[in-house]
Amino acid sequence: MIYLQLFLSFFQIGLFSFGGGMAAMPLIQNQVVDIRGWLTLAEFTDLIAISEITPGPIAINSATFVGTQIAGLPGALASTFGYILPSCVIVSSLAWLYGKYRELTALKGVLACLRPTAVALIFSAGLSVLVLSLWGTGGFTWDAASIDFLAAALFAAGLFLLRKFKMNPVLVILVCGVISGICQWAAKVDWL
Amino acid sequence: MEKNLKNYFRLFKSTFFLSAFTFGGGYVIIPLMKKKFVDELEWLEEEEMLNIVAMAQSSPGAVAVNAAILVGWRLMGLSGASVAIAGTVLPPLVTLSVISLFYAVFRHNAAVSAIFKGMTAGICAVIFDVVISMGGKILKTKKPLPILIMAGAFVVYYVLRVNVIHIILFCGALGALVSLRDKKTGKERI
Repeated sequence: MIYLQLFLSFFQIGLFSFGGGMAAMPLIQNQVVDIRGWLTLAEFTDLIAISEITPGPIAINSATFVGTQIAGLPGALASTFGYILPSCVIVSSLAWLYGKYRELTALKGVLACLRPTAVALIFSAGLSVLVLSLWGTGGFTWDAASIDFLAAALFAAGLFLLRKFKMNPVLVILVCGVISGICQWAAKVDWL
Repeated sequence: MEKNLKNYFRLFKSTFFLSAFTFGGGYVIIPLMKKKFVDELEWLEEEEMLNIVAMAQSSPGAVAVNAAILVGWRLMGLSGASVAIAGTVLPPLVTLSVISLFYAVFRHNAAVSAIFKGMTAGICAVIFDVVISMGGKILKTKKPLPILIMAGAFVVYYVLRVNVIHIILFCGALGALVSLRDKKTGKERI
């Protein structure tokens, strides 16, 4: 049953995404693209773009988007509920434990090891999105001519602006979109 | 806090507006929550809010949702937590449902495609920016174990394609074991 599948997939995403925001992204990719095949990598990338430029947590946005695409509003509700259920249970038990013990050595250790793991997973997801952006759905090749130069330029400029000037990420994404839109329009116009 | 309709509505309104107007997820919403619940409404003490933030960040899932659950629970128990969750989840649920409908209709339009292509490049920049910031912090600790975990997890996931959940479970268990051992020996390996 599709609602149960949505619920279970997002339940796992909710249960295993430690480290907030971006940490959910590789798990969503894993469930939604690799395991279930609900979205293609390109659609998943669109979803990340939409999530970043709209308010709200990336995973809730994804749960709604995927749920709606696959099974309409009931699908969106099933996946969102699946995603927040582990949070409800774990956060309440943690609050209880925290009140009792305060010093949770093992939990601190778990989190200290999950942080570098999250970085590695986000980096992996980032690489697959970058390959898609620069080489298209065909995947990575050594042939420099197959690189989308506009995408490469936007990526490099965006990264520079984020690192050097701490520019707002939402703005960077929107500006990249607008520039690409203008280039496409300019290429179509008959200038002479 | 007294459980009356007015307070439920105020809690719902606060979480709803926080969620509806906060771009960029957990780390942005936390200071805004503090401003709302500690400074403006004076429903929580600063110290309590710090504990809530620590717990919200230590739990899996979205930090904003976790924090909303804890704030709601602390103020009005189970019903408070439910109201806070509804307030937090409703704005993205509505926004994305609407966008999702338009997406299906307009995605294959040439101009929309071009805009998404550009945004994808922008997203890559944002992801790599996050990775550089987070990864840099880990490298700066100069502790071999976290750095090894970072490199190892990457190889195991990206190259060997091991199931991501297995990797997370393994690294979490490793963290628990190492930290308990360190507590006995007095070392600080992580």
